[in-house]
Amino acid sequence: MSNPSNLKYTASHEWVRSEADGTISIGITQHAQELLGDMVFVETPAVGRKLKAKEECAVVESVKAAADVYAPVAGEVTAVNSELDSAPEKINDAPYAAWMFKMKPDNAADVAALMDAAAYQAVVDSEAH
Amino acid sequence: MTLKQTPLNAAHHAMGAKMVDFGGWDMPVNYGSQIDEHHRVRNDCGMFDVCHMRVVDAKGDGVRNFLRYLLANNADKLTLPGKALYSAMLRPDGGVIDDLIIYFMSEQWFRIVVNAGTADKDIAWMKKQAAEFENQNLTPPQSPLVRGEAANSPPLKWGKQAIRVADARTRGGREGFAPQLTITSRDDLAMVAVQGPNARAKVWQVLPATKTKTEGLQVFQAADCGEQFIARTGYTGEDGFEVMLPKEKVEEFWYALNKAGVPPIGLGARDTLRLEAGMNLYGQDMDESVGPLESGLAWTVDLKSERDFIGKAMLLANPPSKKLVGLVLLDRGVLRGHQKVHTAHGEGEITSGSFSPTLNQSIALARVPKEVQTGDTVQVAIRDKMLAAKVVKYPFARGGKGLI
Repeated sequence: MSNPSNLKYTASHEWVRSEADGTISIGITQHAQELLGDMVFVETPAVGRKLKAKEECAVVESVKAAADVYAPVAGEVTAVNSELDSAPEKINDAPYAAWMFKMKPDNAADVAALMDAAAYQAVVDSEAH
Repeated sequence: MTLKQTPLNAAHHAMGAKMVDFGGWDMPVNYGSQIDEHHRVRNDCGMFDVCHMRVVDAKGDGVRNFLRYLLANNADKLTLPGKALYSAMLRPDGGVIDDLIIYFMSEQWFRIVVNAGTADKDIAWMKKQAAEFENQNLTPPQSPLVRGEAANSPPLKWGKQAIRVADARTRGGREGFAPQLTITSRDDLAMVAVQGPNARAKVWQVLPATKTKTEGLQVFQAADCGEQFIARTGYTGEDGFEVMLPKEKVEEFWYALNKAGVPPIGLGARDTLRLEAGMNLYGQDMDESVGPLESGLAWTVDLKSERDFIGKAMLLANPPSKKLVGLVLLDRGVLRGHQKVHTAHGEGEITSGSFSPTLNQSIALARVPKEVQTGDTVQVAIRDKMLAAKVVKYPFARGGKGLI
């Protein structure tokens, strides 16, 4: 599966989608879910929490391992996807639909500065070697 | 570093396996969904590449006596040919060198299966002990333990053995301490585990000639079928066979099983299956730094018979202060190895933890103070939180069903 071109990406394997209301949705990439395998637990940040860029703020756990999820940019948590509590496997089934949390970024420019799909693919390819 | 490969390496790649470095071996962790693979074994059957494990043959006169001394479990429990026994192999200080299975094939031949990561050190240890055992057997052993026993009862067994060995040497014209016992690493053999309620039927479908010899096998019993050695053993808590066969034949066997409808299962599901079944994993639940009595292996240690074995004196002199228990997480999250466990009687540590697909919750094995009781609630430190877990008797699941 290729990475959608309408999303932005981080080197720590989060995807970021800009929403019409000025917030961003954050999830983990196809590559990340593939590395981790079957998801069994998701821990999301508290709504209202202020995050710095690259701050640890969520956890995904597969049968195999736990992985931290990082804030892609600075901002405030505005919503979490509680559906994943009872159905973490949605991250495996459709990683780009299974958003974990939303943020209101402090600076819209920070989002624009994130990697595009091609740059992210280069990161994935370089990790494979 | 180049990873070691089993003879099934190309087959794993062809079947779409995700490969990982497992103790220096390039092994399949899954072929898609680890949870699906887990359920498949509990409800139907699956096959595992266990070629990385090592088969060792111990042969010669006195091999039973040697194993009585080498292992913490008692080889004398093996009276029926083909019968298998699970045992720890201990250091003199009681630390666990490895856990293994021995199969009693005849008084001249016991087959041993050891873990992959420990195989070389195990074989070196067995050979060293075999040489010393034969030397010692010319006179009764000098350990304090046996001297103590000798005061109460004459060391008849040792005495007989000493004479028999000496006679054999005279008769056979052996010189000096030429070893009678041979310890042979069977690097020519491969091994595939076929596990699950339908596993045996699938093996018979693929190897019909072996059915006569294997359909009467009890659990934990093996048959030598010529080209194949078939044992009703495994590491999943399900029925099934472990099949040893020549390396050059294993790929053909693997594909034949697959054609018969047996899916390949990776190491990921192997770990959750064995954890649910309450089976220890060497290097996680025990190692050389810890004894068998603190590792949930008391049932495999024979301290009742008068025989001496390596590590016995230390086990008798040092009653365990800890024990291995099962944990079920009551809060949301996943238990993992090395997480700290806080109990009313002091601190403990998780040795193996994961998510149980059968119970749909997180389970673990943990080493805790021996005063901790089944039914207690303990706290597990997971990242920045303390989460509640209940102490339970394990196994957690067997025979396709959850037991908690």
